[in-house]
Amino acid sequence: MVEFTLWDILRNLLFAARWTVLLSLIAFVGGSLVGLLLLIARLSTHQLLGRAVAAYVQLFQGTPLLMQLFLAYFGMAMLGAQTSVWTAATLALTLYSSAFLTEIWHGCVLSISRGQWEAGQALALGFIEQLRHIILPQAGRIAVAPTVGFLVQVVKGTALTSVIGFVELTKAGTMITNATFKPFVVYSSVALLYFLICYPISAYARSLERKLDAR
Amino acid sequence: MPADLTPAVPALTIAGLRKSFGSNEVLKGIDLTVAPGEVIAIIGKSGSGKSTLLRCVNGLETFQHGTLEVDGQALAQDNAAAMRALRQRVGMIFQSFNLFPHLTVGKNIMLAPGLVRKLPADVLLERARRLLERVGLAEKFDAYPDQLSGGQQQRVAIARALAMEPMMLLCDEITSALDPELVGEVLAVVEALAKEGMTLLMVTHEMNFARKVSDRVIFMHQGRVHEQGPPERLFADPQTAELRQFLSSLQ
Amino acid sequence: MAVELDFAAVLSQWPLLLLGVAWTVGLTAISASLGVLLGIVCAWVASQGPRWLRPLVASYVELIRNTPFIVQLFFIFFGLPAAGVRLSPEWASVIAMVINLGAYSAEIVRAGIQATPKGHIEAAASLALSRMQSFIFVVLPPSLQRVWPALVSQIIIVMLGSAVCGQISTPELSFAGNLIQSRNFRAFESYIVITVLYLALSMGARLLLNRLGARVFPGAHRG
Repeated sequence: MVEFTLWDILRNLLFAARWTVLLSLIAFVGGSLVGLLLLIARLSTHQLLGRAVAAYVQLFQGTPLLMQLFLAYFGMAMLGAQTSVWTAATLALTLYSSAFLTEIWHGCVLSISRGQWEAGQALALGFIEQLRHIILPQAGRIAVAPTVGFLVQVVKGTALTSVIGFVELTKAGTMITNATFKPFVVYSSVALLYFLICYPISAYARSLERKLDAR
Repeated sequence: MPADLTPAVPALTIAGLRKSFGSNEVLKGIDLTVAPGEVIAIIGKSGSGKSTLLRCVNGLETFQHGTLEVDGQALAQDNAAAMRALRQRVGMIFQSFNLFPHLTVGKNIMLAPGLVRKLPADVLLERARRLLERVGLAEKFDAYPDQLSGGQQQRVAIARALAMEPMMLLCDEITSALDPELVGEVLAVVEALAKEGMTLLMVTHEMNFARKVSDRVIFMHQGRVHEQGPPERLFADPQTAELRQFLSSLQ
Repeated sequence: MAVELDFAAVLSQWPLLLLGVAWTVGLTAISASLGVLLGIVCAWVASQGPRWLRPLVASYVELIRNTPFIVQLFFIFFGLPAAGVRLSPEWASVIAMVINLGAYSAEIVRAGIQATPKGHIEAAASLALSRMQSFIFVVLPPSLQRVWPALVSQIIIVMLGSAVCGQISTPELSFAGNLIQSRNFRAFESYIVITVLYLALSMGARLLLNRLGARVFPGAHRG
C-alpha cells in the first residue's frame, strides 16, 4: 500500500474543494435568480401566488436538505431522466437556496415602510417600476449582509451532496479515509478547509452588518 | 433637627472624594457627613456630578481618590463580598425604575431578600405584602411591571429597596421620568419615609419637595459642593452667584 | 411516460417509520436541552465569564458555525476512535448535535444578553445580588425571552440536520427511509413519506416550542 503523507491528503482534498466551491457558486447564483422571481411573485397583489411562494418556502425550510437531495436524485431517475449526481445536486441546492433567499429578501422588503410603495403609486409607477426603482434599491442595502451570510449556509449545505455520491470535499474525505485509515487527520483537514472557505465569508458578512448598523 | 442627637457614628462620611471618567474629572474633592436620619437633597445643573456622587455611595461608580464610609465601615471597592454587604445597607431607587420585567411585582420585591438574606418564603411573602400596602399598591402583587403606570412602578421600586431593610436610601432623580400628575404619589411615599427617620440622599429637581422635606440642601457645581445649608436659608438667601443663577433659571 | 407511485409499500412499514420518528424526536429533545444549556454557559463566558476562557469559547463557536454538521459528525464518529474515543452511532449523534446547537445558541443568547438594559443590572447590583445571581435571575430570563423565536428556529434546523445521522446508522427517521427503500426498492416514495414526516415534525416542534415559550416566559404575551 502507498503511504500517504499529510501533503498528499491535503492536495487531494484541495482538488476536491474546487467542486465544493463551484457547486456553491452555481447554487447561490441559481438560487438568487429563482429567489428573485419568487420574491416578485410573493410581493405581487396576486394573493394565491403569494401564498404558493410562502408554502414553497415552508416546504424547503421545514424539511431536511438531505431529503431534498434524495428526492431530486430519485425523482429524476423515476422520470426517466438521465440521472447524474451533478444535476440532482445543482437542482436541489438551487431550489433550497432560492427558498431561503426569497425569505431573507422578503423580510428586507417588509422592513421598507409602506409609504415608499404609496409614494411610488402616487407617481403613477407600475408594480415592477415601484419595485425596481424604489423598493429594491433600499431593501437591497439591508439585504447584502444576510445574503452574504447565507452563502456560508450554502457551502456547508454542499457537504450533504457527498451522501448521494457527488465527489466534493466531504466525499473526498471519506474516500481518502478509506484509503489511508487516518480518519482523524483527514476529517480534521476537511473541517479546516471548510473553515478556510467559510470563515472569511462569515467575517465579511459581519463587517457588512456592522457598517449598516453604524449608519 | 437631628443635630442634638447625632450619635458617634455618622451614617455616611465622604472625605476628599475625586472621580474621573478618563481625563474628565467630574468630582473634584467632595467632603460630606450625613447623620443617621438626616434627609439630604442634592441639587445642581446636569453635569454637576450629583448623580455620580450618589452612585459612588453604593459602588455603582468607582472613584480614584478619597474615602467613603457607610455607618463607620470603609467602602472597599475591589472586594465584591464587602460591596454586597454594603449594598444590603444602602438601597437605591433609579430614575428609570428598573423593575425586572419578567417578574411580578411581588417577586420583584421578594427576589433580593430571598437570594441574599435567604429569608424563608412565608417571611418574604408577608414582607412583600406589607411593603406593597405601605406604598398603596396592595392589589398589584401579581401584576407585571408593564401593567403599571410609571408612578406605580416607582412605588414598587421603593418597596423593593425597602425589602432589604436598608439604613439609607439613595434616590436618583426618581420623579424625572414621570408624567407631572404622577409625581405627587411617589413624593408622598418618600416624604413618609423621611418622617419615619430613614436616612435619605436624593438628587432632585423638585425644589418645593426639597424645601419641604429635606434637613439640608446641597448645591453642587462643577464637581464640588458649592454651597449647603438648611433649605429655608439656602433657597431664601443664596450666598453664591452660581446658586442664585441656578435658582433663578428654574423659575 | 407513466409513473406509478406506490405509497402503500412504504406505509405498510409503519412500525419502522414510527421508530424513526421516535428516535428523531428523542435525539432532538435531548440535544435541544443540552445544546441550549451549553449555549447559555458559552454566552455567559462571552459576556461576563473569566477572560482567559473567552478566546476558547469564541474559537469553538466560529469553528462549529463555519464547518458542515456532517463533517462534525464524521469527525466525532470516525475520527475520534483514532484518538482512543470510541462512541456508538447514537452517542456520536447526540454529542455532535449538542456541540452544534451549543455554538449557534451561544451566539443567539449572547445577542439577547447584550440587549439587557444597563439599569436592570445596576438595580440587581444595588439590591446586593452577586454577579452570578444577577446573571441567572435578572439578566438571563428576559434575554432568553427576547431570543426564544430564534432559538426555536435553530432547534428545528438541528432536528432537520439530524437526518445525516442515519449515515452512521443511527436509527432515526431518515435511516428508516434508507431501510424501507432497500426492502421495497421504492426509493422515491419512501423519501417522500419521510420528508412529509419531517415537515410535520418541524411544524409540530415549532408549535410546541412556541407554547413552551409562552408558558416559561409569562410576560411573553405582552411582548
